[in-house]
Amino acid sequence: SGPKSLREMPHPLATSSSEEMGPALTPSPDLLLPRSIADKDLSLPNGTPVDTSSPASSSSLLNRLQLDDDLDGETRDLFVTVDDPKKHVCTMETYITYRVTTKTTRAEFDLPEYSVRRRYQDFDWLRNKLEESQPTHLIPPLPEKFVVKGVVDRFSEEFVETRRKALDKFLKRITDHPVLSFNEHFNVFLTAKDLNAYKRQGMALLSKMGESVKYVTGGYKLRSRPLEFAAIGEYLDTFSLKLGTIDRIAQRIIKEQLEYLVELREYGPVYSTWGGLEVELSEPLEGVSACIGNCCTALEELSEDMTEDFLPVLREYILYSESMKNVLKKRDQVQAEYEAKLEAVALKKEDRPKVPTDVEKCQDRVECFNADLKADMERWQNNKRQDFRQLLMGMADKNIQYYEKCLTAWESIIPLLQDKPETK
Amino acid sequence: MEDCLAKKMEITVSEAEKRTGRNAMNMQETYTAYLIETRAVESQSEGQCAPVDSLWRRYSEFELLRNYLSVTYPHIVVPPLPEKRADFVWHKLSADNMDPDFVERRRIGLENFLLRVASHPVLCQDKIFYLFLTQEGGWKEMVNETGFQLKADSRLKALNATFRVKNPDKRFTELKHYSDELQSVISHLLRVRARVADRLYGVYKVHGNYGRVFSEWSAIEKEMGDGLQSAGHHMDVYAASIDDILEEEEHYADQLKEYLFYAEALRAVCRKHELMQYDLEMAAQDLTSKKQQCEELATGTVRTFSLKGMTSKLFGQETPEQREAKIKVLEEQIQEGEEQLKSKNLEGRDFVKSAWADIERFKEQKNHDLKEALISYAVMQISMCKKGIQVWTNAKECFSKM
Repeated sequence: SGPKSLREMPHPLATSSSEEMGPALTPSPDLLLPRSIADKDLSLPNGTPVDTSSPASSSSLLNRLQLDDDLDGETRDLFVTVDDPKKHVCTMETYITYRVTTKTTRAEFDLPEYSVRRRYQDFDWLRNKLEESQPTHLIPPLPEKFVVKGVVDRFSEEFVETRRKALDKFLKRITDHPVLSFNEHFNVFLTAKDLNAYKRQGMALLSKMGESVKYVTGGYKLRSRPLEFAAIGEYLDTFSLKLGTIDRIAQRIIKEQLEYLVELREYGPVYSTWGGLEVELSEPLEGVSACIGNCCTALEELSEDMTEDFLPVLREYILYSESMKNVLKKRDQVQAEYEAKLEAVALKKEDRPKVPTDVEKCQDRVECFNADLKADMERWQNNKRQDFRQLLMGMADKNIQYYEKCLTAWESIIPLLQDKPETK
Repeated sequence: MEDCLAKKMEITVSEAEKRTGRNAMNMQETYTAYLIETRAVESQSEGQCAPVDSLWRRYSEFELLRNYLSVTYPHIVVPPLPEKRADFVWHKLSADNMDPDFVERRRIGLENFLLRVASHPVLCQDKIFYLFLTQEGGWKEMVNETGFQLKADSRLKALNATFRVKNPDKRFTELKHYSDELQSVISHLLRVRARVADRLYGVYKVHGNYGRVFSEWSAIEKEMGDGLQSAGHHMDVYAASIDDILEEEEHYADQLKEYLFYAEALRAVCRKHELMQYDLEMAAQDLTSKKQQCEELATGTVRTFSLKGMTSKLFGQETPEQREAKIKVLEEQIQEGEEQLKSKNLEGRDFVKSAWADIERFKEQKNHDLKEALISYAVMQISMCKKGIQVWTNAKECFSKM
């Protein structure tokens, strides 16, 4: 009902920029999604132009055009992959770069294909830029930035692969987002040969403005949080709590499995030693020893898989929840600011029929934020359900495979154990 | 095979009961008594079953029986008793002798012991064993009346023989070495297996925590809730399944333990041989030295240095009459000695023959039993794997409905 009422409401900017509004409301023939437009009048308190999505009404249109499931292959027009990690050794430092490949038919891109190399820093930069420029949206999380040197080997195959998967996931989530995927910084990230030059340019611009970009004004107290956002906040609190518990349980299981493995590794060879003492029982005992060895290998694989595939995704969602809660806080702030300004105007008791522009802008911001956030929450919930469905099914699968490997090993030695020496 | 008792009589140790009584020092004690039930296996011509006889015995009486059998049949590898105290336990198992699980496993072990004795071609014919099964009162006195304790070789004597014997039968030396190694390897295996069981228990039980957290999580979810909740239930099932799995594995451990203790019985037979052989060697040595002495006295030549020889040289030789007397005594002793040596030799050869026959029988039994044990262990593992696959497949299906 929110977006609906907004549509009916005369937009303060409607008369001045109807031309710009037009394209936004009619989707271009080859794309399902409307293009984002830089609305110059929607600016930050300090006056910096902001590349935000168009007013709330556009977002609401978005919601109605948005399909329930992710876009299927036919309608998707942007594909991004992260792969091919490479180590770079320089005098000052050693670091890893990843290849980021883009395939697209979108007009925003000059070429249909791109291939660039990026390091973690660049992803971090991108994320920060997205947070700044799209403050009303939920930005996907990055894998953790800092790893304690000495505890984790930053250059081990497992670590690099885990990170690569997380970075790939990060970009894919942005790609799937109807607003974020059109972000200018995202575009540059995917296409620029020299990203550092662009970064420096951006920094120069900012230093000219004299202030870093911050959407949140801060300092206002919220009267009442709309129920749905309060509910989201509560949900996220419990959700991240439960995920934390699951993370601890999973880690404990892995620990217990590794301790079990240590004992198994001593257990198997004892059968072999015994086999050396015997004559007729030699082969059966050797068989049992080898069998236990196979189970050890299978268990090792299970633990590795869980460490590399399961735990990182859990942590990702915990980080996601944290950043989402921050967005909720920002939303609260925007609403609080609006309410405060509205109240200030009401107290002035002037008989001006028109609401001052800056209060109107605040109202817009609130409604914009709410709509974007709602849309993103729905999308997030859906993705979360699919991600966890996949994650947990994957966990079950890995365990099934482990038991199947062990089953095969034990079944195969039954004939060996039953074999009578005379029949050989 | 000869008609052994096991074929004629059904033997079970069917119950265990806690008792209190007074011990030899008139102090109150608690012990467990086991009910032995026997029934003659008759042809069921009239469809009638023979009546069941029963009596109660405690562990110490079993021990007395086994000691009696070991001493009376030193050439037989006597079946061992189940362990006196719980050993090789892992944390969940109790080391307490009064613990019901331990008592239960002991009951099975005691039954197994009786069946082993009853199916042994030699042991099953023993009267004391028969009375153990059939006569409750006065059995202890009867055993002691056999005077078997007197026949028992002292430990010290046996140890001495082990070190000093010169020509034992090589097969027994090898067998003794084998039994040492067997004991060592099975001990090791049982120790590690207990640790493995402990760790596996931990892995399964932690999964139970998933059950609880999935349930809590499902409360805040809409579409995902049902799938999570039911998957959590399967995690609980998984966690609970380990108890039965490990209980079954204890039977496997018990089968291994029997052969661990059998190793000691094997060693006992080898020790007996060494003792007999040493005895024989000593007797032969003694005979040789006596013969030599005789010769020296007769011919007057002193071949070996002896104090007597020296003193007689220094203080004068003995009279011819004295010498004659000595020679006569020695000749008698030599004759006795020769007869004894002959019988000892015969005894020794008989022992080697019958012992080795029983050892061969034992080897076959061991190979058969251990193979069966390994097969049943593999079957247990297969069952565990299948259960695991089942549970995780169920969980996966629940997740798929999320």
